[in-house]
Amino acid sequence: MNIDMYSAPIAPHYLEWCSPMRQQPTSYTRTAISLHWLIAVALWATFSLGLYMHDLPLSPEKLKLYSWHKWVGVTIFLWVVFRLIWRLTHHPPELPITMAPWARKAANLVHGTLYFLMVAIPISGWLMSSADGFQVVYFGVLPLPDLLSKNKEWGDALTTLHKGLNLTLAILVLGHVAAALKHYFVDRDDILSRMLPLVRKP
Amino acid sequence: MRMTSNTLSVFAGLMLMSLSAQATEFTTLDAGQSSIGFAFKQMNVPAEGKFKQLTGSIDFDPDKPAQAKAEINIALASVDAGSDEANGALADTLWFDTKTYPTARFVTTSLAPVGNHQFNVTGAMTIKGQTHRIESIATFHQEDRIGVLEGKFTLQRADFAIGTGMWADFGTVANEVQIKFRLVVHAATRQK
Repeated sequence: MNIDMYSAPIAPHYLEWCSPMRQQPTSYTRTAISLHWLIAVALWATFSLGLYMHDLPLSPEKLKLYSWHKWVGVTIFLWVVFRLIWRLTHHPPELPITMAPWARKAANLVHGTLYFLMVAIPISGWLMSSADGFQVVYFGVLPLPDLLSKNKEWGDALTTLHKGLNLTLAILVLGHVAAALKHYFVDRDDILSRMLPLVRKP
Repeated sequence: MRMTSNTLSVFAGLMLMSLSAQATEFTTLDAGQSSIGFAFKQMNVPAEGKFKQLTGSIDFDPDKPAQAKAEINIALASVDAGSDEANGALADTLWFDTKTYPTARFVTTSLAPVGNHQFNVTGAMTIKGQTHRIESIATFHQEDRIGVLEGKFTLQRADFAIGTGMWADFGTVANEVQIKFRLVVHAATRQK
């Protein structure tokens, strides 16, 4: 075996992981915390907007709200891409050792699915806009290319997909929040506080 | 090389055909093959639509454009703007008000050749009881007994009170609407 492969440049957190001297981070970076809450608020806002706007009668306000919904969606997508890069290059703090194996598996599965949905939902919205024949023009300035040509069947199917993915997201977020509160009030561990801004980190 | 009587007759035939082609007068509008489309922007997003029904009359001899006449009637209720929601709204009083004004009419006032198969078409467009002058450069192509006149022009929807009330603001739906027309015409039966 070639010994050189161990000195090849690899992700810093991996080196940290391999080193017996590693210092396991005890909290998230300020960037990770900011991205978590920024995206949480933006998701809540645009999810509510989507629920509210879709059965409004046609009006200039409806067209404006649809545009804003799409612009926020594109923005969230860009933040999520940055967040994923950050997540892959910065190791998060470990889950508390008190957590049961099934709970660790569930947490990892839910976190992974949340990341998947945060990527898939904006893309499904973009595809849906293309298929419905309404191009996304970011902030009315930057036209995004249409990924599909206009097609009613595809448009209807993608609308159903967009709704289904959002419903899944809503359910998982409720579970995510419930779990965080359970950790705080029942388990009394640092799962919630380490993601809170303005809380003094040890 | 010696010309046979056969080749000569082919020549003569071709010359006659080209002569008759030059003298072709187009008098029938093929409504089924013709199309009227439009393009506009809402929230700066390009959108397109078309009208599925039109009727009209035409009298057009490419060699005598000064005498050309055309009248196109568009059934406004046949609009397809891409969604049932939009089509329903367009029939409403704020937009076309199709119950009171079912038809948009375009009548030519002059047709002048500008070279290269192109004509400067002017005419009167009437929508919702408002008439405005329209000018367009149209291209005419002819293949045997069928001709195609196509072109585009821009109109301001506010000139015709299309999109009033809450829609009057151009910030959501732009004032400029581009109209694209493609009229398929058939030549008159030759009289001898």
